[in-house]
Amino acid sequence: MSGKPKLTYFNGRGRMESVRWLLAAAGVEFEEEFLETSEQYQKLIKDGALLFDQVPLVEIDGMKMVQTRAILSYIAAKCNLYGKDPKERAFIDMYVEGTADLMGMIITFPFTPPQKRNLALIIERATTRYFPVYEKVLKQHGQDFLVGNQFSWADVQLLEAILMVEEKEPTVLSNFPVLQAFKARISNIPTIKKFLQLGSQRKPPPNDQYVATVIEVLKKD
Amino acid sequence: MSGKPKLTYFNGRGRMESVRWLLAAAGVEFEEEFLETSEQYQKLIKDGALLFQQVPMVDIDGMKMVQTRAILSYIAGKHNLYGKDLRERALIDMYVEGTTDLMGMIMFLPFQPPEEKEKNFALIIERATTRYFPVYEKVLKDHGQQFLVGNQFSWADVHLLEAILMAEECKPDILSPFPQLQAFKGRISNIPTIKKFLQPGSQRKPPADDKFMAQEP
Repeated sequence: MSGKPKLTYFNGRGRMESVRWLLAAAGVEFEEEFLETSEQYQKLIKDGALLFDQVPLVEIDGMKMVQTRAILSYIAAKCNLYGKDPKERAFIDMYVEGTADLMGMIITFPFTPPQKRNLALIIERATTRYFPVYEKVLKQHGQDFLVGNQFSWADVQLLEAILMVEEKEPTVLSNFPVLQAFKARISNIPTIKKFLQLGSQRKPPPNDQYVATVIEVLKKD
Repeated sequence: MSGKPKLTYFNGRGRMESVRWLLAAAGVEFEEEFLETSEQYQKLIKDGALLFQQVPMVDIDGMKMVQTRAILSYIAGKHNLYGKDLRERALIDMYVEGTTDLMGMIMFLPFQPPEEKEKNFALIIERATTRYFPVYEKVLKDHGQQFLVGNQFSWADVHLLEAILMAEECKPDILSPFPQLQAFKGRISNIPTIKKFLQPGSQRKPPADDKFMAQEP
């Protein structure tokens, strides 16, 4: 037993990617077990490892944690990325819920039947509902980070969301100069810079094989 | 200005109901503003009151908070309903995420097209009785305490009671395989603040009906 957190998920981004980002940003090394077969998944359930029969699962500090938000909140608090008081925490929570909603649209995209996919809606939401908010927050206080003049979970998740949307529409930040500067600044933080380099545990965007594996693993007999 | 939190939402349960439950459980009085017209909603947006142009919105301690989970976490933290340390907090977070997922399915049932309703209803009952309720039944059975986490009343208990009652509205005998949850329901319902909230005349809202559905701006 190594003492490092161990992540159990498919070999791809999905809902676990935000956890990888946050651990990496905090400079915490972690191990991964990838779900590749339905038998593996059924065994986890039979062994009682998955509280609600679902992944992500993160084994950390003697707990088998499930539910992405619960996992992220625990890591953020443990690693001092959750602000310094309840009000800062409240702002971080609001901001990460916004980026989670935006990224949620992209996560489910490859699993949506092609005729129902709406890339235009994702870009519209990014450019009219979400990015303007963060642009304004940063512009108004003029600080380097979203909350409390200190690097937090909110900054990590916003960078993750920006990069994810840019993969779909490379010019999406063209009207958001403050976010462009934010993106560069946060990308240069040493732990983030390392995570963005080849060979890190960051996962590539989903491809057909990833989608097929997820469907296969989760299939009901 | 009264100092009481002010809730802005439709006059119905939806995503705000869990907030009403938690404030009531904590014994916190609150005011409500109900969205009834599209103009009202557009005005809130224009005034910059809704961070992501969405409700729920709770005006509390000088913050216009949005995003249900953020609101609930803040209230729980403020009123000592979030455990005594980080690990208890982690357990509470996991448990409320489970009941949130279950209640989310029930909340969206009225919005499903008629041909999907029956299938989704069956899925709700299946999930409640095979994925969610067995977990909480086991947690309570294993530690034998009155409350889900840390031998102390918390947000997780409030949320579970809310989910149980909502599931019972779908299927009245849904708790019959779960004796611990039946006892839990009896116990938590008798906590004075909760008991008061369960009485007619409280700010608890009735289940969604067609009139509520028609209000969506």
